[in-house]
Amino acid sequence: MDYIYQVRLTTHISSAIGSLTHALLQNARCYSVSHLSVQERIEQKRKAALTGGGQLRIAAQHKRGKLTARERLELLLDPDSFVEYDMFVEHRCSDFGMEADHNKYPGDSVVTGQGRINGRLVYVFSQDFTVFGGSLSGAHAQKICKIMDQAMMVGAPVIGLNDSGGARIQEGVESLAGYADIFLRNVMASGVVPQISLIMGPCAGGAVYSPALTDFTFMVKDTSYLFITGPDVVKSVTNEDVTQEELGGAKTHTTVSGVAHRAFENDIDALLNLRNFFNFLPLSNKDPAPVTECHDPRDRLVPGLDTIVPFESTKAYDMLDIVHGIVDEREFFEIMPNYAKNIVVGFARMNGRTVGIVGNQPKVASGCLDINSSVKGARFVRFCDAFNIPIITFVDVPGFLPGTAQEYGGIIRHGAKLLYAFAEATVPKITVITRKAYGGAYDVMSSKHLRGDVNYAWPSAEVAVMGAKGAVQIIFRGKENQAEAEAEYVEKFANPFPAAVRGFVDDIIQPSTTRKRICRDLEVLASKKQTNPWKKHANIPL
Amino acid sequence: MAAYRSAAGFQRVLHAVKHVCFSKQRCGVIICRYSTVYDPTEKTFDKILIANRGEIACRVIKTCKKMGIKTVAVHSDVDSSAVHVKMADEAVCVGPAPTNKSYLNMDAIMNAIKQTGAQAVHPGYGFLSENKQFAKRLAAEGVSFIGPDTHAIQAMGDKIESKLIAKAAKVNTIPGFDGVVKDAEEAVKIAGEIGYPVMIKASAGGGGKGMRIAWNDEETREGFRFSSQEAASSFGDDRLLIEKFIDNPRHIEIQVLADKHGNALWLNERECSIQRRNQKVVEEAPSTFLDPDTRRAMGEQAVSLAKAVKYSSAGTVEFLVDSKKNFYFLEMNTRLQVEHPITECITGLDLVQQMIRIAMGYKLQHKQSDIPINGWAIESRVYAEDPYKSFGLPSIGRLSQYQEPLDLRNVRVDSGIEEGSDISIYYDPMISKLVTYGKTREEALKKMEEALDNYVIRGVTHNIPLLREIIVHPRFVSGDISTKFLPEVYPDGFKGHMLTAGERRELLATAAALYVAAQLRSQKFLGDLRVSVVPAESRQWELCVELDKGVHMLGVSRSGNNYTVEIDGEKVEVSGEWNLASALLPLTINGKHRTLQCLLRTAAGEITLQYLGTSFKLRVLSKLAASLSKHMPEKVPEDTSSILRSPMPGSVVAVSVKPGDNVAEGQEICVIEAMKMQNSMTAAKAAKVKSVHCKAGDTVGEGDLLVELE
Repeated sequence: MDYIYQVRLTTHISSAIGSLTHALLQNARCYSVSHLSVQERIEQKRKAALTGGGQLRIAAQHKRGKLTARERLELLLDPDSFVEYDMFVEHRCSDFGMEADHNKYPGDSVVTGQGRINGRLVYVFSQDFTVFGGSLSGAHAQKICKIMDQAMMVGAPVIGLNDSGGARIQEGVESLAGYADIFLRNVMASGVVPQISLIMGPCAGGAVYSPALTDFTFMVKDTSYLFITGPDVVKSVTNEDVTQEELGGAKTHTTVSGVAHRAFENDIDALLNLRNFFNFLPLSNKDPAPVTECHDPRDRLVPGLDTIVPFESTKAYDMLDIVHGIVDEREFFEIMPNYAKNIVVGFARMNGRTVGIVGNQPKVASGCLDINSSVKGARFVRFCDAFNIPIITFVDVPGFLPGTAQEYGGIIRHGAKLLYAFAEATVPKITVITRKAYGGAYDVMSSKHLRGDVNYAWPSAEVAVMGAKGAVQIIFRGKENQAEAEAEYVEKFANPFPAAVRGFVDDIIQPSTTRKRICRDLEVLASKKQTNPWKKHANIPL
Repeated sequence: MAAYRSAAGFQRVLHAVKHVCFSKQRCGVIICRYSTVYDPTEKTFDKILIANRGEIACRVIKTCKKMGIKTVAVHSDVDSSAVHVKMADEAVCVGPAPTNKSYLNMDAIMNAIKQTGAQAVHPGYGFLSENKQFAKRLAAEGVSFIGPDTHAIQAMGDKIESKLIAKAAKVNTIPGFDGVVKDAEEAVKIAGEIGYPVMIKASAGGGGKGMRIAWNDEETREGFRFSSQEAASSFGDDRLLIEKFIDNPRHIEIQVLADKHGNALWLNERECSIQRRNQKVVEEAPSTFLDPDTRRAMGEQAVSLAKAVKYSSAGTVEFLVDSKKNFYFLEMNTRLQVEHPITECITGLDLVQQMIRIAMGYKLQHKQSDIPINGWAIESRVYAEDPYKSFGLPSIGRLSQYQEPLDLRNVRVDSGIEEGSDISIYYDPMISKLVTYGKTREEALKKMEEALDNYVIRGVTHNIPLLREIIVHPRFVSGDISTKFLPEVYPDGFKGHMLTAGERRELLATAAALYVAAQLRSQKFLGDLRVSVVPAESRQWELCVELDKGVHMLGVSRSGNNYTVEIDGEKVEVSGEWNLASALLPLTINGKHRTLQCLLRTAAGEITLQYLGTSFKLRVLSKLAASLSKHMPEKVPEDTSSILRSPMPGSVVAVSVKPGDNVAEGQEICVIEAMKMQNSMTAAKAAKVKSVHCKAGDTVGEGDLLVELE
């Protein structure tokens, strides 16, 4: 290994076929005269691979405000940790003049391998836009499949840096087959190792389905696009005038479509944030949620929480204030912060251990559940469950959003996804009802009935079928003294007792002690074991 | 609380400051620089209602508790979980948030008094404290008003009347003449009587408009010509005002205390010259400017004024003092002042307790000779406001983190808020009064630096940067101040602390060390280490740190918690605990103790540090990331000349344009009101109005889009 390490230092690269190189180099040493040409060719190929599409194209890439595939990997991975695979792979297309030597690039249009992020193993691929616009050839796909296969065997996450013009048209069905090979592996790896896509340039056509199958899709603002068909085709088919940015830019996908989970300012910002994000994730479904060194006292009281819920139950507050107050060092990596803002999801740590946070956001649409927020929440809960990340749920939900738009849109089947996700999850589940927990939405939000492990209510909690006004109109229809009846209802139901006397909440706690309680519970629940009945796979209402 | 209660029979002796009172609070010992010398045998009120909110309500309740008096808080609905409500024994809601419907709502407050059976009302300051109507209604109901009698409130409340009374009581007033001046020679004669310099202006002109200063006869003649012309042409009113001009005036006030038996005392002065828009920012007691003779002369005049209006309770006589120590009566405030704590610090008296005793009808306990000046006290008014906008425009928000520097000795913080409190648009944006005390002024100022550095306020913009700069400014430190201090020292507005080369290095080094500490920690995983290796730590970190567009290459090496940072050939040693969860960053930088605060630290290397009061935005990148940064696209900043955003939260009073209108540069577009201040928003360029996003009556947040121009 020492020898390889030196090779890496001198050439700034190392190869997965290290042993072969090793042998070749040794041979070169022993029989330097006879094998000089091979040695030279190795060096030449390596050099060519390192420059990708050549200096001109690199300059063009930089001019677009984008880094090269290799620069990106250098920033993403720990220094000197990248181990490259398949540097000598070339495309095999022999049509349209592609067979010419000047159309062959060692490594083709993608850089693949493994490396470390803060010392932890990760498999990576980085598409090289300077080589045929990063288009996907059979060889390109094969390289990606190789590292994905190994990632699954070893049990380590896969990060893809996407920057590709699409299919290698010259290769025809070979390229399409390549996409499908990757899709299959995305699906096989789903729930086995975390998969993250960072879109750093164009990603169009069939190519979009790989990021869509991965767990998280991040984008770079202004320089990345994701769409099935570009503006020209859109114009010819639907006669809509739309720019690339409007159709599939970072803003569109993080606010309107919900395709992407976060967007970052530029390549550097995105890669540094990705390193930070990676620290939240376990390596695989066999590994526990990671625990990092924590300076925030586990028994810290949060006095501000005692006054955060306003007295008027119609008044909004910011659920993020609660989340920031409770988690370690106020650090919260929010997922989809600008989409379906009536639910808040993201990663944080409690006493150093990664947790998934789900919270209704009273500030937006009263924190109600609608189609988009249900789907957003459900996908997040399922990720946490798949990767052993405990889920902490903060509940302040007035119910599901009524209306034709929602009903016609299928709120019933979409709402069922969140219900399903919480119900099937077997990771530690801790729930805090901060205020309203009304109707079916109460059941959905990680209630005791869906196997919540520890369910707390704050003194401001109201667990009921609906708000006082609506309830009184039904119970006392046509009767006088509605106001009196309403007061009676409030007295009876607008408090945590009806749930607490039945054991549906385990305790009514002082808000300022919430962090302390959750940290303690998580320690106890770390050894939780729960399994669902055997099944081929479950049938979530998609 | 036992420390406040002295043995019975001891109370006649002034409990001076040398005896310190300890009160165990949270993590340390704090010292309150006043003594509530409480005599349990002296009968007092059973229950007092405090017709106020915030810190002053809390302040009054504290003394009531020590005196064994039950307290009633009143509050608006948004204040229902405010600190003063929690502190009081009882609380009554007196209406919705706007002050005229709650804290100024006399009917509701009278009802609260009846409902709770309070025997007396302490009005605090502001709100109903100087409202004679309120005092009358209380008297009619037989409830004691803890303050002066109605006639004193009325007499001192009227500017003209108070001046006449003061004159009669032989109190120095600003000499002047207001009327028709025949000719230039008469003007010279009048000026001669007043004494130079004089100020000449048209009586009808408001404020300082058309004001001319004359230092001799010639200038007086000239001033007369201009002003009389202007008076005639601009105002159609010939009257002129010729008044003594007070150059570089200081605002110095005398605290008085008077009982209902004709006794009155002066409790020394407070120097309140540091002001912005006539609001005090930093106060101190005593003043560096007064000698004992002047102090006594001012004190005696203040007492004679108090006696002239049969004043009882605590009151304040405000004076303007010129550079030659001539002092002139300005007005009398018939209430407890905001800045009363500094007087308590140097005299050891509890002013609230004294007010309560006086209201009960007791005679003053002290003689003038009992009143000491012990040490020095400084008060900084900590406001939720942005000091970079005209020395302070209000800011609102939720105090997401809040920690008062109470574990420091000789620090007193009077506040009515806590972590989680909301600073709303309805009330005064004051967060607290931070008071430090020392044997000498120097000691008190040093303590103030430390206290400001250790004060954690997150969630709202605050004026600590400005306060921290004022107290170390050479002019302030030398005592060379006047009411014009801020505009003179910062003619182009306050811009934050200007770093010296050495300070800049300290700041860069701290950011770099913090970055490395955070990076190293992010590699520390506990527990299962499957397929994980701890990367070998590099011996030397090469970092690139950006600060205000300046880029610096730094070399960082570490040994335990000690970091050596090399910047441009100079070495900076930084060491500390590096607790990344703590709001405070206590460090030793090149052997000096410094407390910084980390306001922001992101994954992308952004670090915002509060250093010497001012927050500085830095960015720390590895050498590699820094070298690649040049390829990153420049983000085009929003063109701010064609959009108008609200500079602060508030309500829209008026919108003067509609879409399609052509506006000239500087033309008023709309008016925003926040905390009693109206701000005219003007067009940054001549253009056509594209769209209007607000209407009169709207509530807007800081940065909200108001109007777009084409």
